[in-house]
Amino acid sequence: MFLHPGIIALTIGSGIVLLLILSAALLGIRILRRWDIKSSSEEQLSLERKTYLVSILVQYALSFEILSVFLFIYTADDIHTLLVGAMCATGSLNANSYGFPTLYAKIVTFFVSASWIAINYLDNKAEDYPLITIKYKLLIGIVPIVLAESALQLQYFLNINPNVITSCCGTMFSEEGKGIGSSLASLPILPTKITFYSLLTILLVNGIAVSRTPIKPFTYLLSISSLLFFIVSIISIITFISLYFYQLPTHHCPFDILQKEYYYVGYPLYISLFSGIFFGMMVGFIEPFKKISLLRETILQTQHRWSLYAIIGAVIFALISTAPMVLLPFTLEGY
Amino acid sequence: MGIEKHRNILDYTLLSLLRRKFKNIGIILVFTFVIFIVGSILFLSYSFKREAYLILKGSPEIVVHRMMAGRHELTLLSYMKDIIEIPGVSKVEPRYWGYYYDSMTKANYTILSMGETVMKTSRLLKGRLPEINEKNSAAIGKGVARARFIDIGNVFSLQSADGSQMVFNIVGIFETDSELMTADLIVLSESDFKRLVKMPEGMATDLAIYVYNETEALTVARKIRERFPDSRPILRDEIIRTYDAVFGWRSGLVLTLFIGALAAFIILAWDKATGLSAEEKQEIGILKAIGWETSDILEMKFWEGLVISLTSFLPGIILAYLHVFFFGASLFAPALKGWSVIYPEYRLAPFINFYQVATLMAITVIPYIASTIIPSWKASITEPDIVMRG
Repeated sequence: MFLHPGIIALTIGSGIVLLLILSAALLGIRILRRWDIKSSSEEQLSLERKTYLVSILVQYALSFEILSVFLFIYTADDIHTLLVGAMCATGSLNANSYGFPTLYAKIVTFFVSASWIAINYLDNKAEDYPLITIKYKLLIGIVPIVLAESALQLQYFLNINPNVITSCCGTMFSEEGKGIGSSLASLPILPTKITFYSLLTILLVNGIAVSRTPIKPFTYLLSISSLLFFIVSIISIITFISLYFYQLPTHHCPFDILQKEYYYVGYPLYISLFSGIFFGMMVGFIEPFKKISLLRETILQTQHRWSLYAIIGAVIFALISTAPMVLLPFTLEGY
Repeated sequence: MGIEKHRNILDYTLLSLLRRKFKNIGIILVFTFVIFIVGSILFLSYSFKREAYLILKGSPEIVVHRMMAGRHELTLLSYMKDIIEIPGVSKVEPRYWGYYYDSMTKANYTILSMGETVMKTSRLLKGRLPEINEKNSAAIGKGVARARFIDIGNVFSLQSADGSQMVFNIVGIFETDSELMTADLIVLSESDFKRLVKMPEGMATDLAIYVYNETEALTVARKIRERFPDSRPILRDEIIRTYDAVFGWRSGLVLTLFIGALAAFIILAWDKATGLSAEEKQEIGILKAIGWETSDILEMKFWEGLVISLTSFLPGIILAYLHVFFFGASLFAPALKGWSVIYPEYRLAPFINFYQVATLMAITVIPYIASTIIPSWKASITEPDIVMRG
């Protein structure tokens, strides 16, 4: 392991996140076991106060987590100079078998803790905490994910060996190579483009439908189409979107667009994608809570608003990824 | 309504912070100091890395030494003939260099003979470089000139390997902006160099090898190694990587040593945030009595943490910047760079990017904010009636 400043920052950060989530979960267990909304005992009052503590603990943990996703990618990018064969974050993440799993774990943690905060937000809207059981069960479910993430990250940093030659994006996302990266890179471009834009249309149509009348089939459809669109978007970034930014028909790396050379375009690209998808998926996720009569109104309003956020996110993402295809002279047709 | 509410809470927070200036100034001072130190370490190590990279960018792709019994030996010039025939090699050049210990100033000089590589940097010179075959003339670095109290037109002498004194006219002095490279340098002509160190004919210190395509350097190095098993090719990339690792490692080490101090600061912040004065408690009690909710108090505490962090972050990072780039990082440089009698005086090129700022924030602000979570919750659940009753 190297004592690189970024690595120290990430290790301290993940320790803090783990501590916050663990203490929130411990409080959560106590609240779950003792909770009785009808009681007016001293204990119930103190538990109700503790719910505030739990929610700020998770909120802070999530904001640190978001920062750490970017810091992690940036650090991977920064240490590539130390590794033989690495030329960007892909190479560093590939340096041992923990790199990519750490990144995936970070993304999962991000989505799960964001949904916890969303549910918490709804729960606080109602007078008598109707979602409290679901909320704290989910919180206990977050613990192993965060634990796994910290363990993976630590293993990744401990096992980086500068003498092992790693393969970088040039080989990993090349069209001839083996492995998942290469098979994504070698997907035919035109069908992928068609899938991408038709799913985008489905997502937008569903989004508009939900924003007008947030009712059952549309809300679930919006969730499903958001999830599908997320997967197809990641594939599309590797298959064709990144090529237009690099202006190279052979360069498929999903990380290089985060670099200075490409004006950091990757940041707005990924942020709009992630937030749009998150809100789109949450719309269907909170649909079952409509059964609780106290929450019905709030959920209808929330679904309306979140579907708008999903549309905005997807549109910004689509605009950023389409802009170079339309505006720049580079073209992929003929390949 | 939405944004307006948050703005009002922020407004209130600022006023209440100003009312308790002295309590908060202590925290801000210490926090600024912490950020200043961590920031200096980060800036310094990055700017060293950058400097090393910029200097090495112009060096040959491969350098070949000869090894004997695991030690660095003089290289045979006869190797050049074979190396130039390896496909991809554009130029092979012998290099003559070494060190000279001067007992008078108790310093080590780097001695170098003229080659094309030096010619490239000659624009940095005041005066001129000695001609290839010019006898008894030398160009020296600023550090040597300072140590020996000499200038252009003066003479100075070095003791050659056979004990006799060799006298040199100074025809040029390297200017300050290249001090990192040239402070302890003495440039001689090839024949003078060989006479000074008594180097046998047909030998060179090492060989510099230039290749057409940089990505082929590794293959060329392998071929050299196969053809001459006693040689040791060193790639420029390898050197750059080593420098990166060394500076990253050194700054990491200093940072790790510093973590104890960081922990002490966190405990201080925790303590300050927990110890609410009676006056503050009463204030929160009144706020709740007039209709503030627990979440509003939490938000106020959040703003408080953010205001304190940013107020400390900005001066901290500015001070670190001044310290490193204007005052040569006088506090930490010895731990990070190394030392020598003739040490170049130089000003580092300012190099700062978003990543450094983000890392600095992650190391300092996140632990601080995290340490204030539980105390601010404790403050927020204050019951108005209990406080006001006294």
